[in-house]
Amino acid sequence: MLSTIQFPRSLSRFPLPLRPLQALSSSHRSATTSALTDQSPPSTSPSPSSSSSSSSSQILSIRHSLLSRELTATQVAESYLSRLRLVEPHLNSFLHVSDSVLREAQEIDDKLSRNEDIGPLAGVLVGVKDNICTADMPSTGGSRILENYRPPFDATAVKRVKALGGIVVGKTNLDEFGMGSTTEGSAYKVTSNPWDISRVPGGSSGGSAAAVSARQCAVSLGSDTGGSVRQPASFCGVVGLKPTYGRVSRYGLMAYASSLDVIGCFGSSVADAGILLGAISGHDRLDATSSDRGAPDFTAHFPPADAFGAKPLQGLRVGLIRETLDSGVDHGVTSTVQRAASHLEELGCTVKEVSLPSFSLGLPAYYILASSESSSNLSRYDGVRYGSQAAAEELNSLYGDSRARGFGAEVKMRILMGTYALSAGYYNAYYKRAQQVRTVIRKSFKAALDENDILISPAAPSAAYKIGEKKNDPLAMYAGDIMTVNVNLAGLPALVLPCGFVEGGPAGLPVGLQMIGAAFDEEKLLKVGHIFEQTLQGHRFVPPL
Amino acid sequence: MASLLFRGILIHPPLLNSSNALFSRKACAYYCRMRTITRAQVATQVNQPPQLKYPPNARNNGLEILLKDYETIIGIETHVQLSTLTKAFCSCPYNYGSPPNTSVCPVCMGLPGALPVLNSKVIEAAVRLGLALNCELSFNSKFDRKQYFYPDLPKGYQISQFDIPIARAGYIDLDLPVEFGGGQRRFGITRVHMEEDAGKLLHSGNGNYSQVDLNRAGVPLLEVVSEPDMRNGIEAAEYAAELQRLVRYLGVSNGNMQEGSLRCDVNISVRPLGQSQFGTKVEIKNLNSFSSVNRAIDYEISRQVLLLSQGQGDQIVQETRLWEEGSQKTVTMRKKEGLSDYRYFPEPDLPEVVLTEGYVNKIRGSLPELPEMKRRRYEGMGLSMQDVLFLANDVKVADFFDAAIAKGAEVKLAANWIMGDIAAHMKNEKLSIDEIKLTPHELAELIAAIKGGTISGKIGKEILFELMAKGGTVKKLIEEKDLVQITDPTEIEKIIDKVLLDNPKQLEQYRGGKTKLQGYFAGQVMKATKGKANPGLLNKILLEKLNAKSS
Ligand SMILES: [Zn+2]
Repeated sequence: MLSTIQFPRSLSRFPLPLRPLQALSSSHRSATTSALTDQSPPSTSPSPSSSSSSSSSQILSIRHSLLSRELTATQVAESYLSRLRLVEPHLNSFLHVSDSVLREAQEIDDKLSRNEDIGPLAGVLVGVKDNICTADMPSTGGSRILENYRPPFDATAVKRVKALGGIVVGKTNLDEFGMGSTTEGSAYKVTSNPWDISRVPGGSSGGSAAAVSARQCAVSLGSDTGGSVRQPASFCGVVGLKPTYGRVSRYGLMAYASSLDVIGCFGSSVADAGILLGAISGHDRLDATSSDRGAPDFTAHFPPADAFGAKPLQGLRVGLIRETLDSGVDHGVTSTVQRAASHLEELGCTVKEVSLPSFSLGLPAYYILASSESSSNLSRYDGVRYGSQAAAEELNSLYGDSRARGFGAEVKMRILMGTYALSAGYYNAYYKRAQQVRTVIRKSFKAALDENDILISPAAPSAAYKIGEKKNDPLAMYAGDIMTVNVNLAGLPALVLPCGFVEGGPAGLPVGLQMIGAAFDEEKLLKVGHIFEQTLQGHRFVPPL
Repeated sequence: MASLLFRGILIHPPLLNSSNALFSRKACAYYCRMRTITRAQVATQVNQPPQLKYPPNARNNGLEILLKDYETIIGIETHVQLSTLTKAFCSCPYNYGSPPNTSVCPVCMGLPGALPVLNSKVIEAAVRLGLALNCELSFNSKFDRKQYFYPDLPKGYQISQFDIPIARAGYIDLDLPVEFGGGQRRFGITRVHMEEDAGKLLHSGNGNYSQVDLNRAGVPLLEVVSEPDMRNGIEAAEYAAELQRLVRYLGVSNGNMQEGSLRCDVNISVRPLGQSQFGTKVEIKNLNSFSSVNRAIDYEISRQVLLLSQGQGDQIVQETRLWEEGSQKTVTMRKKEGLSDYRYFPEPDLPEVVLTEGYVNKIRGSLPELPEMKRRRYEGMGLSMQDVLFLANDVKVADFFDAAIAKGAEVKLAANWIMGDIAAHMKNEKLSIDEIKLTPHELAELIAAIKGGTISGKIGKEILFELMAKGGTVKKLIEEKDLVQITDPTEIEKIIDKVLLDNPKQLEQYRGGKTKLQGYFAGQVMKATKGKANPGLLNKILLEKLNAKSS
């Protein structure tokens, strides 16, 4: 079904009809796309009204349109930009929109007209979370302290996206420095959920999730320290991929908690998330924690839809984490995830409940470690070299005032918590203990993944909630991270993809299924996710906006 | 004992300024005493004359007596700046004296999103120094963050090592200068760890604002912490000098104190003899030379002993004091109010530092002969301790000496030449031994030519200066300038005859009893032979002729 090229309703403004992908002959085509495009299904109407339930790759359809000369990169870009502008007043996904999108698109068209090679992401509009540095655009991290700050360099992930032809469409909104689960923690604006603009998009990568959900861009980059890609993916009904720690260079990602931070991918399909991951992963000599494992072509082994057969996942051992279905999880979420588990069984998987007894310890350990590291990482924002500087007569007030005015309340709270946890006399009780818990969690995941190919759980205990609902209840907000933080502590990859809806909003609220894999096993996660996505019937994850 | 001997220097400051005394071959007590200090100075302040202006009455006899009842405990923390091509965690080069902020990048400026990547040369240098200091190495260590706010610290934390230093529990052996009683000392090394340097603050003339220069930020350092094993200023200064020698021998640092490549912070406490509990620890900073280490400690001991003896021990507080070169005093810089909490935690941006046996063995195998080994070897060659200490002080001098010996030069003669005329020339011309044009091979040739009687010692000296200034070979110079010594008695006799004939008046006076004129005649002969006459033969024949009344 992947091969059925159709833009969602929201993109019906595309000026030209879109055709299905065909096997493309040009030899330079990225291997990334080959497996997917081997499928040459019968032509279908591009009309959104004839949509099936499954998601298709925007990246591949753009590529096909360009190579077949059905569309120009400029036309694709204009289409996305007009969509972006149309919905942006309702969503506030972006902190900054690039003014060079059309120029960059024109460059791709020029290349095409000269029959030059274009990269696998050519003409793909990519949203970039604003805590990821971009040389030609402001990068504020959602914080006042970096208002108008422009980095002198591109983050490695951004550099790689650009090198492959991707066009950075703008910088997306986030909770300040990634600290939050609603995107209400931005110093600049509150982003809405495209499924119900009175609700939060999740966070901290809420802008990136909302932008992809609302088709303001094709794919986007986010960052995930404790669930900041996966939870907003769940809330916004898009695919969110948190790679293995070390898979993607952190160079240029404003550090929140260095041992947990990863740059992740959003797409409207598993394929898009996988293609984007392929583009940004791999060793980077500027990040000592980046893995030197080569980056495989994550989507190369996606089976063609017509080759799925009756049980395409026959023999796959799936562990449903028992602790994630405990009390505290919305009933609608639990039943949706259980239906997803049944769907996996229908695909041939054996689904068993698996217990991770240390699961509940993850949340406090996470908040201690993340706060501790953040208290250190945010020390550099002192107003001395860059960012906003308070006028002061002497040094201590320069520091104090710059930081007091520059940081928001949530950031200050975490800095204080972290400073406390690392203080002499408390270190052993907090930081060290949390590290021990982390080791226990790592081991229990290892054991569970020795027994199972993947683990599944909800991505969040609830669907998107109302803006302001948890704003003054940080503990409730923190509790929402229970499903995701353990994965960061263990450094594992996880894929969240929409699996159903619960009641709420004008058209229901999406629920995400989290699939957790062994370290560096993204390829398996993506393949399972792709088959799950392409075979899931009856749902269409395009917001009503 | 040493502190008492040190007083000898203090009360004779003018001697310290007689610069040529350093290379004098005369054995004189004061000369010896000075040498250590000046030697230390030469090592760091090649281009600056020693400036020791210690007030002669710094210590009176009363204090001297008091000092005997107290014991001083000294430990030293030394920061050694590594001479790696690039900084510790980024690829910026570091050159001392570059215009401000010209050697910076996102990493060492602490820009958002920038990450450190360890320069492996830092580990190599740490292992080299660790092995040279006889330390136990940590095969699994890590980096930690030391957190505090200061404008010269871009990230708000310093990448350092906290609970697992790369090397620990070692020692350093050194020889105290002969004039301080000599003898060997072993001082313990608590730990060696890797860390990064901070930038520098430049204060505006009117003091209204400060500017930050981050060129130095991120430059690799090794911090070497000693055990509190030193008891006086001389021992402390010698410890620091030995450490400087070591890092220069190892090639890990230029060890230059003036440029801040070697920075010593001294911890000092004083207690009455017999008291088991330590006195209050005071830290002294801003010690830019070995002699300031020495004098600052001496001053601080006096200050504390005086306070203790007057029952004002409570005025000695835990604090950091600054050595003021101008007033030759230590002054309070900041009082320590409780322990500062640096909130160390493991640096998450850097992987653990893992050493393998193979790696360490390879480095161990590549270590050069270290100062201590060199001294023991020179001692075994029969050189005096004075000579040993001089030659082994500077690795370049030692290498030169070793090379000359290898070319067959006689040990004692080579030492004399190097310590005498060559050292004097280096000092006058402000050159290091590898900058002069003389090669060790030619020094060996020169010594052989004199010893073999081809040239006289005097001619040898002339050739030496030519070789040092212009280069060339001994053989060629002797040939070109026709400098071969006249050793043929008949030829010398002929010249003497002519001289006597030309100076009938003087001859008459000589024979009339004015025998001092022998020197005059010898001079005339030397003049006639352009100094080439063999002096022994000349004097022998001359004397015969002068005293032969018959002629
Ligand atoms: Zn740098």
